[in-house]
Amino acid sequence: MSDWYRDFANSSFGTTVTKQLGLPRPAVLRRYEPGQPLLPGPAVVGSAGDGRLRDTVSALLRDAGVHVQSPATADGATDGEKPAAVILDATGLRTPGDLVSAHDFLAPAIKRLRASGRVLILADPPGEADSPAQAAARQALDGLVRSIAKELRAGSTANLIYVPAGAEGSIASPVTFFLSGRSAYVDGQVMSVSAAELPAAEDDEQPLAGKVAVVTGAARGIGAAIAAVMARDGAHVVAVDISAAGDRLAEVANEIGGTALQLDITADDAPQRLIEHLRERHGGVDIVVHNAGITRDKLLVNMDAARWNSVMAVNLQAQLDITQALLDADGVLRDHARVVCVSSQSGIAGNRGQTNYAASKAGVIGMVRAWAPRFAERRATINAVAPGFIVTEMTARMPFGTREVGSRINSLQQGGLPVDVAETIAWLSQPGSAGVNGQTVRVCGQSMLGA
Amino acid sequence: MATTRSADVRRAAIVGGNRIPFARSNSAYAQASNQDMLTATLDGLIARFGLQGKRLGEVVAGAVLKHSRDFNLTRESVLGSRLSATTPAYDVQQACGTGLEAAILVANKIALGQIESGIAGGVDTTSDAPLAVGDDLRRVLISLNNAKTLQDRLKALARIRPGQLVPEIPRNAEPRTGLAMGDHAAITAKEWEIGREEQDELAVRSHSNMAAAYDRGFFDDLVTPFLGLARDNNLRPDSSVEKLATLKPVFGKGEGATMTAANSTPLTDGASAVLLASDEWAAEEGLPVLAHLVDAQTAAVDYVHGGEGLLMAPVYAMPVMLARNGLTLQDFDFYEIHEAFASTVLATLKAWEDPDFCKSKLGLDAPLGAIDRAKLNVNGSSLAAGHPFAATGGRIVAQLAKQLHEAGPGKRGLISICAAGGQGVVAILES
Repeated sequence: MSDWYRDFANSSFGTTVTKQLGLPRPAVLRRYEPGQPLLPGPAVVGSAGDGRLRDTVSALLRDAGVHVQSPATADGATDGEKPAAVILDATGLRTPGDLVSAHDFLAPAIKRLRASGRVLILADPPGEADSPAQAAARQALDGLVRSIAKELRAGSTANLIYVPAGAEGSIASPVTFFLSGRSAYVDGQVMSVSAAELPAAEDDEQPLAGKVAVVTGAARGIGAAIAAVMARDGAHVVAVDISAAGDRLAEVANEIGGTALQLDITADDAPQRLIEHLRERHGGVDIVVHNAGITRDKLLVNMDAARWNSVMAVNLQAQLDITQALLDADGVLRDHARVVCVSSQSGIAGNRGQTNYAASKAGVIGMVRAWAPRFAERRATINAVAPGFIVTEMTARMPFGTREVGSRINSLQQGGLPVDVAETIAWLSQPGSAGVNGQTVRVCGQSMLGA
Repeated sequence: MATTRSADVRRAAIVGGNRIPFARSNSAYAQASNQDMLTATLDGLIARFGLQGKRLGEVVAGAVLKHSRDFNLTRESVLGSRLSATTPAYDVQQACGTGLEAAILVANKIALGQIESGIAGGVDTTSDAPLAVGDDLRRVLISLNNAKTLQDRLKALARIRPGQLVPEIPRNAEPRTGLAMGDHAAITAKEWEIGREEQDELAVRSHSNMAAAYDRGFFDDLVTPFLGLARDNNLRPDSSVEKLATLKPVFGKGEGATMTAANSTPLTDGASAVLLASDEWAAEEGLPVLAHLVDAQTAAVDYVHGGEGLLMAPVYAMPVMLARNGLTLQDFDFYEIHEAFASTVLATLKAWEDPDFCKSKLGLDAPLGAIDRAKLNVNGSSLAAGHPFAATGGRIVAQLAKQLHEAGPGKRGLISICAAGGQGVVAILES
């Protein structure tokens, strides 16, 4: 499904027209491909105050083959190439007065940022501040980064990672994700990392090599994209869907060299059957992606019990039951396991006609937050992703006007692709993402809904 | 256990199976060819067991109704599938016994250590059936093709008569008797005094058993949807003896006719495949072993001059196989007797219970005896699913292997399939 407007706006004639009329000009986003360098150009790393992460981040970038530039001076003098990323270490902030140094660093650097550039701010969490003034300064970054994200154009994004004391070792995976093409449609987001024990270094090209990954709802759309990205990253994918979708499921499995498992995840014996399958065929599981979901839209006042119950059963109860059964089953959920649950923008912003759907998807966010400490004890993680407007067969059936508006009301002025959700899930599934736990990552291009 | 089988022969494992839902003739698969269906069935099996790009020992399958262009049907299907193109394949055909015979062939090669893995299958379509021109027209066309001069060509063409233009449609009839298979079965039903009601009861039980099996997800790892069909479209979960009693007989003549469209299998399109392997291969691949194929036997009867029923050959094959394995007919946990017609199943059981028949025809001192009917076709059989001739064997082998696996280790199952030409194939599976 092509984005006709984006393609038009990027044609030579379209460029003239959209510029003249002041129309939005959605960019072709930089998306990840295996073998691609982390960044297509140099990165500028600066700090506000005496940051503790600047050296770590610079070293990480150099290891990844990125040229690290020194910050531009106040008069705009720079050293060479335009940067592909601007990274601010704001862990040195003490008072709101220090924020001016953030401005001093960011303004000239962002002015020179390339297309599909990245702005990334690292800071301490406001909740752990020594004083109200320090908390204010840290929280201020939240508004700052969300506004930068809205000001950026040409497919660039801005995101913020809160790094508490002791969690410095966990930042490599999220920093790499936010700089890379994997995060193309993740914009204006604020997330936290926590201290975690990291497994031994992984293969950069195949970070999921040797892992067994279950993906539910894998026969089509976002699920099929998740399965494909997981397989590309080295995992053996057990693609799960209802038996009625078995032919498309088999195609997906055959395409990616995985296996197909026809299973109604809402059946009473579904958790047990899944566990037996994983035990018998693979001896366990490393990654579980709860992607299967359905919509049964109606205004609340017109909604019957069947619509309510079926949405709750598939979107929430099945995730709870299967996850609980995996936790209880001895030795099936392996060390460093990763569970990723698909929530939705509707679960954050609400949506007219989707009380059941939004409730189920909000429930998922509560579920991963509550389960995170329990997972951390087992050196595992559980997270959610909340897709915004993602271009699928489902959205292709929407009326033209609704679809066009829905896909443009975000900072990137376009709908995301299933692969954008898949890349985020594959990142959360990496062994190196051990410090990301209990989070809900929005993949929405900084949607205006629920922002 | 007394056995004459060689002890150092290993038993082939049944890893699992796949089939597409069976469709009544000229319905969902009206536009699908045998190769389409067999390829889709192989691909479903490949997806289930992660066989993409693998070279298996061999793929053996066949079709009863086959176009001449499908001379290499199985090999062409393998080439169109996700298996490695270096997987060898060949076609077999033993009428309705094709699917089971294919499984026996693959299992025997595995047992002898000639191969480590293989797929056995079968496919049939009565919708995309091969039409042939009559012999007269065929001779004209061949001489036309051989003609060298215009004159010769015109001479050849002049031999065409309107009557020759009617194509020959394959019929479900015996070439030597001209009787439809159902008419043969009706003769046997009359001989064995098989009543209408017991036939209808068997049909209803087949439908309700299979519907229940679908509902509990039993077929989730045995069936892959195809062309919009997720369940066999012959399946009637709400079928009842009262409803069936209203149908008029279609086979047999006069007052005593008992065989209706409901207690006889309809013409059906479909395909099935079973993955067999050595235990070692299955373990290396991390694949399950549902059951082993213990033994098999074929038999044939002289239904033309010998006075035996066309579909009674399995009755003869059974005691031979049981004796070889030191087993009685009662030593089984499940029985899968192919429901070509309800009356065939009932006549088969009655024959095994009949002391005179067992003595005079089978040469046994005592009859094989009765079986526990609760163990018969427990997840439904051909009356419910339909019967795409060559695909039935694969359906039954995979279905029974899964039943045995669910029941736990050491369980035994028996398969009996009758076939056109007065042939029959029986086999023993054990979990």
